[in-house]
Amino acid sequence: MSTEATAAKPAQGGNGWEPNILAFCCNWCSYAGADLAGVSRFQYPATVKILRVMCSSRVEPAFILKALKDGADGVLIAGCHIGDCHYIDGNKNAEVRINNTRKALAKLGFDKRLRLEWVSASEGLRFSEVIKEFTEEIKNLGQNPVKIDIKPQMNADERRLNASSVRSAANVQGSE
Amino acid sequence: MLRLSDRRLMFKEVSEMSDNKSTENKGTAAKDNEEKRVGVFVCECGLNIGGVVNTKAVADYIGTLPGVKVTSVNKFTCSDSGQADIQAKIKEHNLNRVVVAACSPKTHEPTFRACIEQMGLNQYFLEFVNIRDHCSWIHMWEKEKATEKAKDLVRMGVERSKLLEPLQASEVPVTDKALVIGAGVAGMQSALDLADMGFQVYLVEKEPSIGGRMARFDKVFPTNDCSICILGPKMVEVARNKNIKIMSYSEVKAVDGYVGNFNVKIEHKPRYLDVAKCTGCAKCSEVCPVEVPYDFNEGFGTRKAIYVPFPQAVPLRALIDKENCINCKACAKACASGAINYDMQTSYTDLNVGVIIGAVGFKTYDPEPRHDFGYGLYDNIITAMEFERLLNAAGPTGGHVVRPSDCKEPIRVGFVNCVGSRDKNTNIYCSGVCCMYTIKNAQLLKEKRPETDHTVMYIDIRTPFRAYEESYNRSRNLGVKFLRGRPVEVKEDPVTKNIKVRVEDTLAGEMRNLEFDLLVLATGIVPNEGIGQIQQLLKLSKAADGLLMEAHPKLKPVDTTIDGVFLAGCASGPKDIPYAVSQGSACAGRATILLKNKKAITEGITAVVNPDVCVGCQVCVPMCPFQAIKFDEKENKANVLKALCKGCGTCVAACPTGALEQSHFKNNQVLAQVKNVFKFQEVAA
Repeated sequence: MSTEATAAKPAQGGNGWEPNILAFCCNWCSYAGADLAGVSRFQYPATVKILRVMCSSRVEPAFILKALKDGADGVLIAGCHIGDCHYIDGNKNAEVRINNTRKALAKLGFDKRLRLEWVSASEGLRFSEVIKEFTEEIKNLGQNPVKIDIKPQMNADERRLNASSVRSAANVQGSE
Repeated sequence: MLRLSDRRLMFKEVSEMSDNKSTENKGTAAKDNEEKRVGVFVCECGLNIGGVVNTKAVADYIGTLPGVKVTSVNKFTCSDSGQADIQAKIKEHNLNRVVVAACSPKTHEPTFRACIEQMGLNQYFLEFVNIRDHCSWIHMWEKEKATEKAKDLVRMGVERSKLLEPLQASEVPVTDKALVIGAGVAGMQSALDLADMGFQVYLVEKEPSIGGRMARFDKVFPTNDCSICILGPKMVEVARNKNIKIMSYSEVKAVDGYVGNFNVKIEHKPRYLDVAKCTGCAKCSEVCPVEVPYDFNEGFGTRKAIYVPFPQAVPLRALIDKENCINCKACAKACASGAINYDMQTSYTDLNVGVIIGAVGFKTYDPEPRHDFGYGLYDNIITAMEFERLLNAAGPTGGHVVRPSDCKEPIRVGFVNCVGSRDKNTNIYCSGVCCMYTIKNAQLLKEKRPETDHTVMYIDIRTPFRAYEESYNRSRNLGVKFLRGRPVEVKEDPVTKNIKVRVEDTLAGEMRNLEFDLLVLATGIVPNEGIGQIQQLLKLSKAADGLLMEAHPKLKPVDTTIDGVFLAGCASGPKDIPYAVSQGSACAGRATILLKNKKAITEGITAVVNPDVCVGCQVCVPMCPFQAIKFDEKENKANVLKALCKGCGTCVAACPTGALEQSHFKNNQVLAQVKNVFKFQEVAA
């Protein structure tokens, strides 16, 4: 971990829009990794907000859908590395669940706005890099179509996200 | 697959979630009707938060949110005056929810929980918002954006806090027995301390003898006392202690359960002789015809296929190395007590313990695969551990340091520091002990044979603890030369087998060509074999360098994130002997808190089934990694066993009907946050 990474001032961003990202972090690895990023002063965009859950496997498709519907440009789920889960294999369940959700979102073209990452408690630098990388990706995708443009469009998109078929597809659990 | 009716219920649940109306569970709604009176306390943390985030603006904005009765900005909310402020405001405004926006909940959540509990509030009525580690520290140059983000984060917290429900932390009984994994000097210290306090200790060691790495050292810095002379009595003390059960040549195979009640399976590898009958006389070794390199001497010299690990071994018993045994049965004939048993099988013991101390130790960096500084290519380059054994009076050469190519005693000896440490290609960390043991090794050889000439090639000399610098000075006074620089080229003279080193003397600013009879590499400390297995068995976290993580690097250096599991010694990073021993004692002290109280407090966060909604689909049952969900056939409902539930919420996310909820992370509580993430920006836009 170079000291430059700590001290480097972020390049002044262009014309304003930064993607809004909601990050679900597991209490044991990723949240602690985000804490370490803070302690080490690894700067990352201020448009990312972290929501703590005990395990990445707690994240339900409904949370992701709700976030996207409410205008999140991206949703990140971060958990412990496979094999390091505080709850043995919660992250494996999370992987299946998130992948299924992504498949469902693909039908709507929202799949690239959902990302699953493993960040350990010691990977502060990695946490900030993941955030930066995801932010760049979302920047290329543009804003979440739900929140831009005029009302009718928004309603149509909202309706699409509300479609029960999506939820049922997303909620097929990984127990099989 | 899920039944249609289940799915319908699910959609009902989700649509309720998306609704802005009350999403509270009907079961709890009745008792949770009281008006929510939220107090928000924004901490400046000196300048840590206050220097970036406009805390006043955050407090002003938050004060406008419905339900927020009072906001307050404190320089240090965690201080006595900060906590007094919270308590005074709880009283004054009759608050029933408290939001603290400060550092990480990992640091101060327990502080504020205790603070509000003193005022008669349930401790789970606290919502902790991280605006330091996750905001001010990582947006240091974007003050406005950081302030806006802090507003969002606190708003999320406020909305969540209104939905928090009271929970009770539960107590679990603690079995007053301890398991110590690894019988090196750290593990032995833990075992002795716990045993002396009257607790039963199981000391598991994978090697045939206890003692660990320290048993192999010749002398130990900075005072150069004989290692086995100070360790030996400790090993005997461990063996003699009635409260310690040594399980040597054994490994932990399975760990189950939780703090206070761990069920552990120990595998005993067969020694192929009856330990009760063996007297350690080593008559069997005398007749054994098989000779193999002696691992205890780092591969120098030989041992037999049946052998006593080393003269001071505890337990002083022989064992047969079956891989190399040729089944000639000569040992059986030689054994006067008839201890040999060729048919011995692996056996197992099941233990129930309340706490586990992991002292799984280290190994030294192996320079062979990368041929660091020519190791493995040229005969006369050895590691410091090999040097240590050569220097030892009980070693393969009776204490004469010789060079491997011709067994002559070297005159010119070079030492290279930081091999496998402080190097991007191997390990970036400093192993901490190599400077000191190199200083010691040079000193010892110089004292033994004053005609020798020593050059230490180093990056920095690090001598931070008591009497270390003095030892360094002593080496210099003895005539050991210190040269700051790392060898850039190491070659062997094909005739003399001498080692030619090209090194930049960075203090003089010139290249030097040096010739040594023997080159010693100061190899660093790396994680022990099997550390990954222990990590997975105990569910610990591992850092990128392969070492295990402590709960907090400063304030909880021997605790782990798993209650009832502690770490001592080099498993959590390189340490010298006094540090490892201190950690051993520290673990014993920490463990005693649980063992003496005979109870542990566990978090109140668990999964809860709402039987009115559960349809008995059993999707949740296989999801639980802890087998905490039992299916009640008669009632056709899932049932959560609270003592086993760790509160991860995997089953909750899997539940298609919403019958399962994770307390403190209920759907409505999480969604209250999700809903409020981006609200402020929309309003502002």
